[in-house]
Amino acid sequence: MTHLEQYNQVFMKLFGVAEEDLPALIYLRGNWDSLQHIEMITMMEDTFNISINSTDVILFNSYEKGKEILRKYGVEV
Amino acid sequence: MTKDVAQLLEIPPFSLPQAAKEALFFPAALELTRYHSVHCEPYANILRALEFDPEATHRTRELPFLPSGLFKAMRLSSVPSEQEYARSLTSSGTTGSQTVHVELDRETAADQQRALAHIAADFIGAARLPMLILDQPSILAHGSGLSARAAGILGFSLFARRRVFALREDFTLDLPAIRMFLEQANGGPFLLFGFTFMVWKYFCQALRKSPEHLDFSGGILIHGGGWKKLLDQAVPPEEFRRALNECCGLHRIYNYYGMAEQAGSVFFQCGAGRFHASELSEVFVRRAEDFSLCEPGEPGILQVLSLLPRSYPGHSILTEDEGVFLGADDCPCGRLGKSFWVTGRLRQAQPRGCSDVYAG
Repeated sequence: MTHLEQYNQVFMKLFGVAEEDLPALIYLRGNWDSLQHIEMITMMEDTFNISINSTDVILFNSYEKGKEILRKYGVEV
Repeated sequence: MTKDVAQLLEIPPFSLPQAAKEALFFPAALELTRYHSVHCEPYANILRALEFDPEATHRTRELPFLPSGLFKAMRLSSVPSEQEYARSLTSSGTTGSQTVHVELDRETAADQQRALAHIAADFIGAARLPMLILDQPSILAHGSGLSARAAGILGFSLFARRRVFALREDFTLDLPAIRMFLEQANGGPFLLFGFTFMVWKYFCQALRKSPEHLDFSGGILIHGGGWKKLLDQAVPPEEFRRALNECCGLHRIYNYYGMAEQAGSVFFQCGAGRFHASELSEVFVRRAEDFSLCEPGEPGILQVLSLLPRSYPGHSILTEDEGVFLGADDCPCGRLGKSFWVTGRLRQAQPRGCSDVYAG
């Protein structure tokens, strides 16, 4: 699986959305509440074996923005 | 996020001397007052009744304030359509008291989280740590609204690397889970979070009765809300700290003061025992008879302001709590801005659960 596929998997599994709907995902809209947010961050950390700091946890506020954040941790999505 | 809030989140939360802070805070708070008077009709009516004139207002202390009871009686919203609401936050549960309604949209909810992280990091650092929640797991179960207790746990969870609940559903200690948490935390640092009353009754008291000694000396406890119940039980803050230190070695203990109407911009208590207003919030202590400002050291009613509430007009509130203004830029801990004590609850005020929605 590519990084992008793994990245997409986390969102699709957690939010139960189809791949084509991923780019529209935004924090605090739909199912993506703060409870799910922490789940998602933990899943990203486990998937890519990284450790995201608290500032980036807050900045990670959309599907697209998340790719940028992961890049900081050396994960090209 | 508004420009004002974004700008203030760029600088450390207690770094501006009071005069410089007022120069930034007042225009932002005035703008927020105007914003709500345009977007919330009942609020505009209240301002008219108060004969509030924005042109004649030059200082934060002159801004109007709403009594916190109003958020029990009314749903005040500055968001155009019902569909926009991300959620409504409720604080209730103490027998006989009414629920506080706060309508949150996405922007305000996100601002609250950023602000909380920004302020808390000044006390506990920005690293994410394993977190033991001194509450029951079902507190986070989804419902129609979010209780303030759950919102607090969620807010502080942004600092958590791993979350474990210390209590079972029947409020007894989940000792196997706690032992495993401590083993994995390996001496710390780690976080503990809970509501004051829950920490006292179901953690501290239970540990005192337990024959097993658990070592929490590497932990940092954050607690808030519901402390008024402790005062009813005559547990002063010093006794609270001493008991926790004795029963499990905890010594890094941070209390915070906040309310559902102004989630996010909380007031943390420093090592010198004072609560601090960050650059995102402000505090005044007023006399009950005419709402004039108290002198430093003189007890009165706490008024709190926050730059965060944009989806509802809760940016300036007269609380039902009694406090003492201590001074500005003069705390031994070195944090700038105003500091105060929270001394109790106004006698005539209706008992209200801020976060202590557990009525036990």
